[in-house]
Amino acid sequence: MDGLPTHRLIPDLVVLPGTREELVAVVRLLAALGVSFVPRGAGTGLSGGALAAEGSVLLVLTRLNRIVRIDRDSRLAVVEPGVVNAKLGAAARPAGLQYAPDPSSQSACTIGGNVAENAGGPHCLKYGVTANHILALEVLLADGSLVEIGSPSGESWGPDLVGVFVGSEGNFGIATRITVRLTPLPRAVRTLLADFTGLRTAGEAVSAIIATGIVPAALEMMDQSCINAVEDSVYAAGYPRDAAAVLLVEIDGRNSDAVVAETDVVTDLLRQSGARSVRSAATEAERERLWQGRKKAFGAMGRLSRDLVVQDAVVPRSVLPQVLETIAAIATHYGLVVSNVFHAGDGNLHPNISFDATDPVLKNKVEAASAEIMQACIAAGGTITGEHGVGIDKMRYMPLIFDAESLGAMQAVRRVFDPDERVNPGKVVPVHACREWTHARGDRVGSRGAAPRGEAA
Amino acid sequence: MTILEKVTALLGEGAVLEAGTDRVPRVAPGSPDAVALLLGTAHQEGWRVRIEGAGTWLQSDAPADLALTTRRLDRIPAIEPSDLTATAEAGIGLDQLRQQLADRGAWLAIDPPGLAGRTLGSVVSTATAGPLRHGFGPIKDHLLGVTFVTGDGRMVQSGGRVMKNVAGYDLTRLQAGGFGAFGVIVLVHLRLRTLPRADVTYVLEGAREDLTQVGEDIAAAGLTPAALELVSPALARRERWVLAVRLAGSPALVAADEAGLGAASGGGRFSPLRAEEAHAFWMRLAEGFSVRPVTFRIGGVPAASDELLDLLQHQLGDEWISASPAAGAIRWTGDTNIDRLQRLRRTLAGLEVPLTLERAPWPLRGAVGHFGAYREGVGPLVAGLRRTFDPGGALVVATEGS
Repeated sequence: MDGLPTHRLIPDLVVLPGTREELVAVVRLLAALGVSFVPRGAGTGLSGGALAAEGSVLLVLTRLNRIVRIDRDSRLAVVEPGVVNAKLGAAARPAGLQYAPDPSSQSACTIGGNVAENAGGPHCLKYGVTANHILALEVLLADGSLVEIGSPSGESWGPDLVGVFVGSEGNFGIATRITVRLTPLPRAVRTLLADFTGLRTAGEAVSAIIATGIVPAALEMMDQSCINAVEDSVYAAGYPRDAAAVLLVEIDGRNSDAVVAETDVVTDLLRQSGARSVRSAATEAERERLWQGRKKAFGAMGRLSRDLVVQDAVVPRSVLPQVLETIAAIATHYGLVVSNVFHAGDGNLHPNISFDATDPVLKNKVEAASAEIMQACIAAGGTITGEHGVGIDKMRYMPLIFDAESLGAMQAVRRVFDPDERVNPGKVVPVHACREWTHARGDRVGSRGAAPRGEAA
Repeated sequence: MTILEKVTALLGEGAVLEAGTDRVPRVAPGSPDAVALLLGTAHQEGWRVRIEGAGTWLQSDAPADLALTTRRLDRIPAIEPSDLTATAEAGIGLDQLRQQLADRGAWLAIDPPGLAGRTLGSVVSTATAGPLRHGFGPIKDHLLGVTFVTGDGRMVQSGGRVMKNVAGYDLTRLQAGGFGAFGVIVLVHLRLRTLPRADVTYVLEGAREDLTQVGEDIAAAGLTPAALELVSPALARRERWVLAVRLAGSPALVAADEAGLGAASGGGRFSPLRAEEAHAFWMRLAEGFSVRPVTFRIGGVPAASDELLDLLQHQLGDEWISASPAAGAIRWTGDTNIDRLQRLRRTLAGLEVPLTLERAPWPLRGAVGHFGAYREGVGPLVAGLRRTFDPGGALVVATEGS
């Protein structure tokens, strides 16, 4: 299993290559044998995306963990896929740079996994998700061939294949070498904690901040259930237990005067929007404590029960209050504990359902409630995943947001990279729901058929 | 029946426009479904179709049986200022879109080269970012999703209308900068920003190397310009090179950056432009790239910007150049020939710098291609994607050239 406790599979074999050359050799052997394989990083995924079933080989990439180089002048780093996100950040810091995407699992998750999932994180509101930070990739395709896509500047050699590859959940191949964009560390940071007596007013405060044109580095929300879970844990951050919700707002930048001025504007707005109090972290230690509570919230909620499902959906920001109320109603209906901790600035919800997976009745309730939450988000104009991916878990929802033609197009693109569908099979696209694209199969090697007419030749 | 008669029967007389100088029939479907119907028929009939927007950017000269223009796809189905999203059809002119967004307090933070009426679809399909790329990223960063029609008439949706979305593979990024090789974009979901409450432009004239240093000093000082553009004298219509700095955002941010600008300029004196002067300056810069016959962009790492400018000057002349040194993006426009461009592309490839041909007369772009100098293994992937989305080769696009 990965970070999602509802799916468990056992592969035939697990291989942990220690070098790129070993990895290439293994993939070429598997190609010759026609065996499917599943690339896997640290296994922190939350959609069952890196699970390998019987008949498949699990390729664990955590030993490919070298930071090949950090280029201060060009503001980039070249890394192997098994490099841990936080370790890259730490390595870039002495050069005054950062790797901005910061998923909550950053102390364990790998850059290769981040690329596969197009991972986000709290600071993606200002700095963008993984796709905004990947410049170039060396990709190992299913047939064992290596392809270089992208360039150190981010300008592509033709179509944006890097953009297509990032977020493909391991279905297009393995990123064996990853060139990432590094950004200058902010020189000034202000972190605010605002508490509200109602979820709705907290949601309205989010909209008010965004409407000013100020883009906070992060704008996170936690509801009372989550607050109490954090405060009951070793990660207690001093969040007010009687608050219906807290907002964690961070303003950062390279210009201290601007950060101070924007923080003043945001503080006033929070108060005008009904915040009972607005607390500013006075020291770096206090800031870290506030963030630790947020980043370790999933771990804290894990203490509430034997198992925890971390859901992931996105809705338009303006409907956050209504959708949160709907989620609360669904939880009540099923008699479940649902805690919310999420990226409010992006409208990226994470309803977390605490339960005991050994109880089949409860497990069914969790599945049903999860489906209703997804349907509510879709009905509100949203989508089924903002950063955790489709994997196995969300495939059933794909036909709710894409028609058969569009799903068929995705499957056809996958076949361009992997004609035999041997890399991470059975994920992302529900094949039964696709309209067939007969032209696509087997065309990757380009050995069949002439170039399309009109293409200059 | 002639092609024109068949198209008229299919879409009605209203969809048929006056042909251009090359007398290729020009058809303007009035809806995405009509685009799908037309391309499905073209695929079956074996017609070759060239894609056009308003006809203000890429030359309308590709050999084809039919020109499909998106100019009647000019609706804006949704603007959501509170969510900072909008949905617009591909044929809407950027000037119209900008105005309607501004009326709702929203801003699409792109300023692509070309005339003001250039279509949204043209900008997205060619991924032509302008100076605002410095502060707000490339075109693809402003897209939440697209709907496109393949060369055989299939309608495909990608992405959605929300700020983050990893549901399914990202076909939006395939379309952004695909030059229509993978289908015709008909609908675009956009990420917006709040209309900046403060927006000022400063310019500084000087020698190129001095201005490059000033640009580096501005970055080192921690200023966060929306645009930081180095413009050649001919393009800026000034005596010397110009460094233009645009500050846009909250009043607090802009005021703080304005205060830091003087200190960062190494004793040089930036001149503020009045609002109308700033508008004219940026518009002239954008329009300059649609005047001369050939325009291309190259992308190198920021540290190589000076070297790349020297290379362009040496191989092609530097009359009309605009560069975002910190973003590593350089755009050149002028007149050149096939041999020179191909030689330049080869030289740049050796430096790991892609050259994307943005516009040129058909004989040149047909030979040179929008893209080229692929790394090993990339060509077959691109060809496979081409066959997937245009199995009959109906869409006339000079992807790689000869």
